[in-house]
Amino acid sequence: MSTRICVPRDATALALGADATARAIESEARRRGIDITLVRNGSRGMFWLEPLVEIDAPAGRIGYGPIKAADVPALFDAGFERGNVHGLRLGPVEAIPFFEKQERLTFARVGVIDPVSVEDYRAHGGFRGLENALAMSGEDIVKAVTDSGLRGRGGAAFPAGIKWKTVLGTDSPQKYVVCNADEGDSGTFSDRMLMEGDPLCLVEGMTIAGLAVGATQGYIYLRSEYPHAFRALGEAIANAYAAGWLGPGINGTSRRFDLEVRLGAGAYICGEETSLLDSLEGKRGQVRFKPPLPAIKGLFGQPTVINNVITLASVPIILDRGAEYYRDYGTGRSRGTLPLQLAGNLKHTGLVEKAFGVTLRELLYEYGGGSYSGRPIRAVQVGGPLGAYLPESQFDTIVDYEAFAAIGAMLGHGGIVAFDDTVDMLEQARYAMEFCAIESCGKCTPCRIGSTRGVEVIDRIRAGFEREKNIVLLKDLFETMRYGSLCAMGGLTPDPVRSALEYFPEDFEVRA
Amino acid sequence: MARRTAAQPVSAPRDLLPPDISAKVRAALHANRDRPGALLPVLHAVQDSVGYVPDDAVPLIAYELNLSRAEVHGVISFYHHFRTHPPGRHVVRICRAEACQSLGARALEAHAKKTLGIGFHETTSDGAITLEAVYCLGNCGCGPSVLVDPDTLHARMTPEAFDALVGELREVAK
Repeated sequence: MSTRICVPRDATALALGADATARAIESEARRRGIDITLVRNGSRGMFWLEPLVEIDAPAGRIGYGPIKAADVPALFDAGFERGNVHGLRLGPVEAIPFFEKQERLTFARVGVIDPVSVEDYRAHGGFRGLENALAMSGEDIVKAVTDSGLRGRGGAAFPAGIKWKTVLGTDSPQKYVVCNADEGDSGTFSDRMLMEGDPLCLVEGMTIAGLAVGATQGYIYLRSEYPHAFRALGEAIANAYAAGWLGPGINGTSRRFDLEVRLGAGAYICGEETSLLDSLEGKRGQVRFKPPLPAIKGLFGQPTVINNVITLASVPIILDRGAEYYRDYGTGRSRGTLPLQLAGNLKHTGLVEKAFGVTLRELLYEYGGGSYSGRPIRAVQVGGPLGAYLPESQFDTIVDYEAFAAIGAMLGHGGIVAFDDTVDMLEQARYAMEFCAIESCGKCTPCRIGSTRGVEVIDRIRAGFEREKNIVLLKDLFETMRYGSLCAMGGLTPDPVRSALEYFPEDFEVRA
Repeated sequence: MARRTAAQPVSAPRDLLPPDISAKVRAALHANRDRPGALLPVLHAVQDSVGYVPDDAVPLIAYELNLSRAEVHGVISFYHHFRTHPPGRHVVRICRAEACQSLGARALEAHAKKTLGIGFHETTSDGAITLEAVYCLGNCGCGPSVLVDPDTLHARMTPEAFDALVGELREVAK
């Protein structure tokens, strides 16, 4: 029997040489006359082990990693295709502590299956949620999502069921489901991993959303910086159409749902939902005034469900296992699991899907293994470029929406970026303002002009020019941006700056 | 100003593009014109086949999509991805975002600008390399990240590895 060997097609694995590894395995197997089936899976999210090669053995999946192309002949010499011992053998992949301690619901199939194979997806529980949804009324689907406690995973954490209910209750001949796949926050890659590792899960979630609210057309708005996700989505959608899971007559019923991927063009602001809708309409990605809400007047003026990738990809399991199953994970008002992303200066970076309730310290040290550089971790930015910088004294904060809000921070999309003690916090604060100046859509003045003034004020503080007065001015600017901006871009840009100033004031002293 | 109505159709703009580029622009329009919100797909298709969106393509795109030239120009200039001049043989994008900064992206950026002798959005004098900034490539666990051309991603980029990469790119004709 042919041995199934998995080499990830995930972008990070590719950046670490996975294509060369895959080619070496194929040619070496051919040379030795060994019958193998090469599968290009997603990543398990343990990047220090990538390229992580897995042997699909009868007893389970045996991992080897990191495997460079040059390691491949020696692996075959050792008989790795039979799971034999080798210096790079990791043993059963799911017993690796980083992985074993996780609770993978949304990411259950990522790294396990061939991402674009409908058969593989079905064999691992795929489309069961959609099959249930096809037999339910829109109201019942919305109720299940509401009861699960699922909140938007893009950053704003708005209850998904309430959004869907509004769209369901708004009459219109044409409604839309839009997936926000403009994952622009630095330190986040869970959307990308899901789209590269289990794109059919997103297809299924969006189709269920369409059934729930009565929408027949879906768009995935994908950032142009994700070429590998674009390819995986394209293959998965084509295969779903061919197998009758998209298009007219979903799985032999009379229901219809069409799905298309649209590329962004390098604009961070298009992750803001109303900018995204304008961009999808072929316009400059500028923020809209709310109301009207997109749920009432969204894409092309029609009622629109717009959710993040992880939100929509969490829907199939809710419809498959039931709302209670999902809600039983988590704490307080933060229900279910959250895929956290460990990034930046950490030894063990990657994806950790856990029920809400783990502390930042556990993530940084138990999962992350401390800093990559070996130096002390000095600051952590959670929630992307608009998130606060946190010092060591805050590391015992529980990772959930409410606990983060209580310390003036936000969980956002779950990205955690660690910095060691070489970081210059004034530079980080300046960059936050600079980034806002580069990426502002320009519609409102506090964001467009305030960010540029912010850079200038920080430069004057650094130069020691009327330092005290300029710090007062900077704090005043925080208020203007926070309360005067149209959206979260200008409104939250002060957060990283204020937290840097508050927790790391020594970096804002006059320099010699 | 006369308004554009069915009774008074605006005549097609004079096509100032070289014939080969004009054909590519027209093909991009033909393939995408009828999609809802067609402008971004059209601009992507033009840039993918021509390498950039020529200024002289704007009147044609505007006419075909029933938009004003100002609207088309406004969209091209809004998005960082679109460029209006031909790039070098290779486009090298360096991630400037926080996760990459925590692993040395600031030093890498300074090194790249110094050794190539250019800033962001510029092309080396030999026409080999166009340097661009990018804000996150989703490779935040293994930065600093660099994307070459459409889809070749590099992880853990050091100044030394960058020099080697540039050397290889200069050797390889596109």
